[in-house]
Amino acid sequence: MDTQTLLVYFAKASYLLAAALFILGIKRMSSPVTARAGIKWAGIGMVIATLATFAITGAHNVGWIVAGIAIGVIPTWLWGRKVAMTDMPQMVALFNGMGGGSAAAIGAGELLKFSQPGAPVPPIATLALAVVGALIGSISMTGSIIAWAKLDGRMDKVFRFGGQQAVNFIVFAASVLAGLALVAWKLDANLVIVFFALALAFGVLMTLPIGGADMPVVISLYNAFTGLAVAFEGYAMGIEALIVAGMVVGAAGTFLTQLMAKAMNRPISNVLFSNFGGGGSGEAIAGSQKAIEASDAASLLYMAEKVIIVPGYGMAVAQAQHKIWELSQALIKAGKDVRFAIHPVAGRMPGHMNVLLAEAGVPYDLIADMDDINPEFKTCDVAIVIGANDVVNPAAKTDKSSPIYGMPILDVVDSKQTIVIKRGKGTGFAGIENALFYADNTRMLYADGKEAANQLIAELKAVEGGGGH
Amino acid sequence: MIDGFLALYIFMLAAFTGKEIIGRVPVILHTPLMSGSNFVHGIVLVGAMIALAHAESPLAIAIGFVGVVLGAGNAAGGYVVTERMLEMFKSSKDGKK
Repeated sequence: MDTQTLLVYFAKASYLLAAALFILGIKRMSSPVTARAGIKWAGIGMVIATLATFAITGAHNVGWIVAGIAIGVIPTWLWGRKVAMTDMPQMVALFNGMGGGSAAAIGAGELLKFSQPGAPVPPIATLALAVVGALIGSISMTGSIIAWAKLDGRMDKVFRFGGQQAVNFIVFAASVLAGLALVAWKLDANLVIVFFALALAFGVLMTLPIGGADMPVVISLYNAFTGLAVAFEGYAMGIEALIVAGMVVGAAGTFLTQLMAKAMNRPISNVLFSNFGGGGSGEAIAGSQKAIEASDAASLLYMAEKVIIVPGYGMAVAQAQHKIWELSQALIKAGKDVRFAIHPVAGRMPGHMNVLLAEAGVPYDLIADMDDINPEFKTCDVAIVIGANDVVNPAAKTDKSSPIYGMPILDVVDSKQTIVIKRGKGTGFAGIENALFYADNTRMLYADGKEAANQLIAELKAVEGGGGH
Repeated sequence: MIDGFLALYIFMLAAFTGKEIIGRVPVILHTPLMSGSNFVHGIVLVGAMIALAHAESPLAIAIGFVGVVLGAGNAAGGYVVTERMLEMFKSSKDGKK
């Protein structure tokens, strides 16, 4: 065997090892005990695969390769290190878009190579999967960038115009037709460019009308898309590691997307095409919001026996999770039954709240999922809603005209008393009014989440010290 | 090149694997898991490196270079973000900081 053959074997063996490490790594990431080891295993797999690739790339363009890796790794590594925990969802969207873009670039390179005059005609399966991978990767890239911009507050939450769905459909159909033409009719460089322009445009158009409340589902969907694109380009290039890793992520991501869509009681098609989650109307709400001072709120808590805390994205923005846990500890010390109720899509990604509460040190057994906690609200003396809005909006159950009708919610409205900690009177991410905030047994504590928790801790001490007001 | 039906089997088995290994994941790990799987498809970097290594024309080199930059960004960013999320699970288990 010559050296070149040996090097190829070495690289292929390394890819096999890397693929095994990816699967074991993801498997370990699905349990809290082994999760930290899981990402390390997957990371080792990535380093092995990347280094082994240098064995088969040879010296040609190696300077470009090293420079490209450095330019790709260094800024994202530094950025990822320092970004605030609350900004994680949009970072995941952005990095996912990069992966989709990379897969699309591979597809573009392959297609341009095939379309050169005199180039050998590729097998139909290779060509077809290169086209499909490029289509999905392009959609994932521009779609993820729009998702990132929306979550990062860089663009309006929704963007709509008349006949939007028809336009979207035409652009999508045109990109599929262009792809079909590349496979079945003619490999032409101009057609390749038209194909990519249409695919990239469709990613933008598809994401523009989707409102913020649905972003978790959309990011997860694009994550699955990128996985599939990677798998298909892996086939086109004949690299097994890309097929296995991409397909595993594609399947896991699709499954996760289904779980999320199910949690919102909406089929995925609904999320994508029903224009949910933006400035919807819903019924007007009678009555007014009733404010409360921190001292009075503390008295309510002092007299309560059972307290349920409902965190939402507002808690993340205010970085209030540590103070909220401090408040909870004070309540637990005073003999109260305190639990946290987590809606599956509270925050910007599923499990977002769990991550933040874990950061603050809240034990798992105090954190309850929606289905477990919902019957408990009836016997709850005081529910504290901090920074949550749409996930506690009773309109989801009662108001058929509301854009969130049908979404499962936390039944905070059943609680005997509710204290809502909120910075102002604005609406939530879905842009709709919340009847809970106008209910007779709801009091609004207008303050920043962290500040409010601080005041409540201090006032609670005062109430305890003074034997109650 | 991989034989057609063999490739289909690889696709199918990898898809079942993906569904199975996250089948029992608790809600608490959904976000880190999504981030972790986002990191894993950073393997696209390997494909982009090979594409760039075979590129001849300036246009092909430019496209391959963009692919490598984006792929490397996906892998590096995905890893850092996932590891930071999972670090917090440690701090909660080891008692309070």
